[in-house]
Amino acid sequence: MYSFDVVRPATVADAIEALAQDEALPLGGGQTLIPTLKQRLSSPSVLVSLSGLAEIQGVCKTDDGKLAIGGGTKHVVVAREAAADYPALAALAGNIGDPAVRNRGTIGGSLANNDPSACYPSAVLASGATVVTNKRQIAADDYFQGMFTTALDEGEIITEVRFPIPEKAAYMKFEQPASRFALTGVFVAKYADGVRVAVTGASEGGVFRWTEAEAALSSKFSPDALAGLTVPADGMISDLHGTGAYRAHLVGVMTKRAVAAAH
Amino acid sequence: MTEVTMTVNGKSVTKSVKGNTLMTEFLREELRLTGTHVGCDTSQCGACVIHVNGEAIKACTMFAAEAQGSEVTTIEGMANADGSLGVIQQAFQDHHGLQCGFCTPGMVMSAAALLKDNPKPTEHEIRDYLEGNICRCTGYHNIVKAIMAASGQDVSGIAAE
Ligand code: FES
Ligand code: FES
Repeated sequence: MYSFDVVRPATVADAIEALAQDEALPLGGGQTLIPTLKQRLSSPSVLVSLSGLAEIQGVCKTDDGKLAIGGGTKHVVVAREAAADYPALAALAGNIGDPAVRNRGTIGGSLANNDPSACYPSAVLASGATVVTNKRQIAADDYFQGMFTTALDEGEIITEVRFPIPEKAAYMKFEQPASRFALTGVFVAKYADGVRVAVTGASEGGVFRWTEAEAALSSKFSPDALAGLTVPADGMISDLHGTGAYRAHLVGVMTKRAVAAAH
Repeated sequence: MTEVTMTVNGKSVTKSVKGNTLMTEFLREELRLTGTHVGCDTSQCGACVIHVNGEAIKACTMFAAEAQGSEVTTIEGMANADGSLGVIQQAFQDHHGLQCGFCTPGMVMSAAALLKDNPKPTEHEIRDYLEGNICRCTGYHNIVKAIMAASGQDVSGIAAE
């Protein structure tokens, strides 16, 4: 690693001030950033650790019935505390990486990084959640802007994510067994006004909505509603773990499984 | 350099560290606690698992500066006060849960974290919990058996020595 300082402010206001320094980077749980630093792919002058910000940790219900999760909340906490209100989201969090990773990694860190194979972006997009930062609220449909790219500005941090709670939902991940990332993962969420389907791990453009499947499932919420629907292999990730065509096929399979499992 | 103070295996320590000092380096090089192993340094193998405030974490993927004020337990803190092996360690010995021993510190720390939350795990729950701990030698059966035994459960139904 290149050398840098680490500071650990106790309030969001102090963190934002520290992030205004030249070449400062926020550090969430570090489960992606630390390996990146080890590869010398990043050379910050100072890392501003967000782990001391008690005000952005925890899970609660808002007055209008949404599930609000603090940006600094660890996966292990979401797995436990979202289980009663939004079981599909809790199950997703409880299946990220391995237990030791879930004890460090945070929802805000995962969303800010927007890895094309990360699990959380699919839940946020399929739920039509709102990403709340230190300065504004961003709708999920505007937040994700392609692989490792988001609407966040420099020095802006995710303080909360607000999830409308669906009637039924499920996440199905076809796991890449070595990294435990999603080779392809599909989150299906059924709301009173329609179904949303978000796919992670498959596309070179990062997480995306499969709108044809949404339309079919909104008129009939059943795996057979998807019969004959496919996504094109163009633009799908092709690597040593699977071709684009394989991933495109997985999108269909995992969507059907998610619909069948939704509860 | 930043000064950090934390409690490691019950003893308070204060040291000056660089920002990029990992917990593995802090424990092994600053404190000479070399029981925490570094198998991969890429967050995959679990040989470096320690507890920070009671939670299992990968010490190769956390900065020492972030452990300011924490309670840290390493494999060196797992023996009984008289120096004899702790329950989990003894079970690993009794059930041949190790061969070369390289993964063992991480296995024992992960097992201890599991048993704290789930004192009587099923075989499936043990295997699931250990997904971030890799062993090149044992084939895992005897590790699972040792953890079952450490939790006071019957191990006669578990395959293969
Ligand atoms: S050395 Fe930390 S996970 Fe392998
Ligand atoms: S005993 Fe050798 S790696 Fe596990």
